[in-house]
Amino acid sequence: MQNNQITINIARFIGLLLLQVIVLNHINFLGYINPYAYLIFILLFPFDASKTLLIFLSFLLGLSIDFFADSGGVHAAASVFVGFLRPVLLKFSFGVSYEYNAVKLNKVTFKERFLYITLMVFIHHFVLFSLEIFSASHLLLILKSTLFSGLFSVLLILCALFLFTTKET
Amino acid sequence: MQQIIYFFIKNKNFLLFALLFIISLLFTIQSHSYHNSKFVSSTNFFSGKVYTVKSNITGYFDLKKQNELLLEENSRLLMLSSRADVSQEPTPLDSTLSKNFEFTGARVINNVYAKTNNYITIDKGSIDSLEIDMGVITSKGLVGMINRVSAKYGRIQSILNTNSQINAQLKKSKHFGFLTWNTKNSNIVQLTEIPKLAPITIGDTIITGGNSSIFPKGILIGQIADYTIEDNDSYTIDVVLFNDMTNLSHVYIIKNKNKKEIIQLQSTQDAE
Repeated sequence: MQNNQITINIARFIGLLLLQVIVLNHINFLGYINPYAYLIFILLFPFDASKTLLIFLSFLLGLSIDFFADSGGVHAAASVFVGFLRPVLLKFSFGVSYEYNAVKLNKVTFKERFLYITLMVFIHHFVLFSLEIFSASHLLLILKSTLFSGLFSVLLILCALFLFTTKET
Repeated sequence: MQQIIYFFIKNKNFLLFALLFIISLLFTIQSHSYHNSKFVSSTNFFSGKVYTVKSNITGYFDLKKQNELLLEENSRLLMLSSRADVSQEPTPLDSTLSKNFEFTGARVINNVYAKTNNYITIDKGSIDSLEIDMGVITSKGLVGMINRVSAKYGRIQSILNTNSQINAQLKKSKHFGFLTWNTKNSNIVQLTEIPKLAPITIGDTIITGGNSSIFPKGILIGQIADYTIEDNDSYTIDVVLFNDMTNLSHVYIIKNKNKKEIIQLQSTQDAE
């Protein structure tokens, strides 16, 4: 990673953490639906950077959210899970071109980007809610929370990426 | 040896993932059992500070409503004190209350109510002589009890938490049961193990029982909205809370001055 990228990623880490714990954790749309937009950090983390670093930073980000949300380790577990799975999902979504490090998220087709983000968000949310609710008898609640929060998160992340990605000349 | 090292290097991503995932699972499991969520909590210095700054700003949006609540409480207290003046001596219940229990006010800096295990963070901690297992109420009714304190901040395990079990009783007939929450509605909790003999009607008031050293007897909780009969000949009652748990800004912490003595007494009983 270059210096520039390091600064951007540190700023993104702190910015998304604060946004999540101060604003997004308190939306409670329809009583229980919250978007988890801090995933943007894991989604946008440079594709060519060290995977070990990504796994560690995902854990750190999730744990920081847990500290604020008093949720034990659920965010840490879910984040480290998608952080670990990201290379697989990247390959699945973007095909072989990912292998040559030629992919940029703002250059791929909308379909591929949508697939990547949706997969990441839903896997993350499913792990998150399974651990948070932690009971097989509430399976319906887990699936319902995953679905609604997931839709909300995907929408928010797509909008945020659309607004903030710079068009490369 | 070389092969072991090679194995570690080759699988370092997976091993790191496995390690971190297991650590977070441990934290999660800890957080699901009462009193054990020691490490990860919002009472630490950093998140406490962030939440204080946040509630300093957002507190203004809510001032009107909070003022109305205070007015309501003041008028009720005025009414009580005027009544006490007339009779010249306080009722026995009041005098025992004031002798054995101390009340401290605190401000809510973070309130979560949409999850299955909900906690509330307040801006008072062990330097304000708060301790674990003290009860927390508002002027309208029960909120929960403290389950973690740091120097400056405290965390309340609210009644909207699947780990909570609070002793409660019917105001009319003194039959008591346990207050739990089925996670469905942030305004409704369940009172379980009320014997089938108890006469209950919709609209009856539920108060705290005097069987614990945490809450004084007679703190308001809510009203009966619905009830079902379970297999083991007891009622499960849906109780609509008097408190609006989604909108808390100031709470009172109850300190029982005789708690140590009570616990000592109970533990000697157990030993025999």
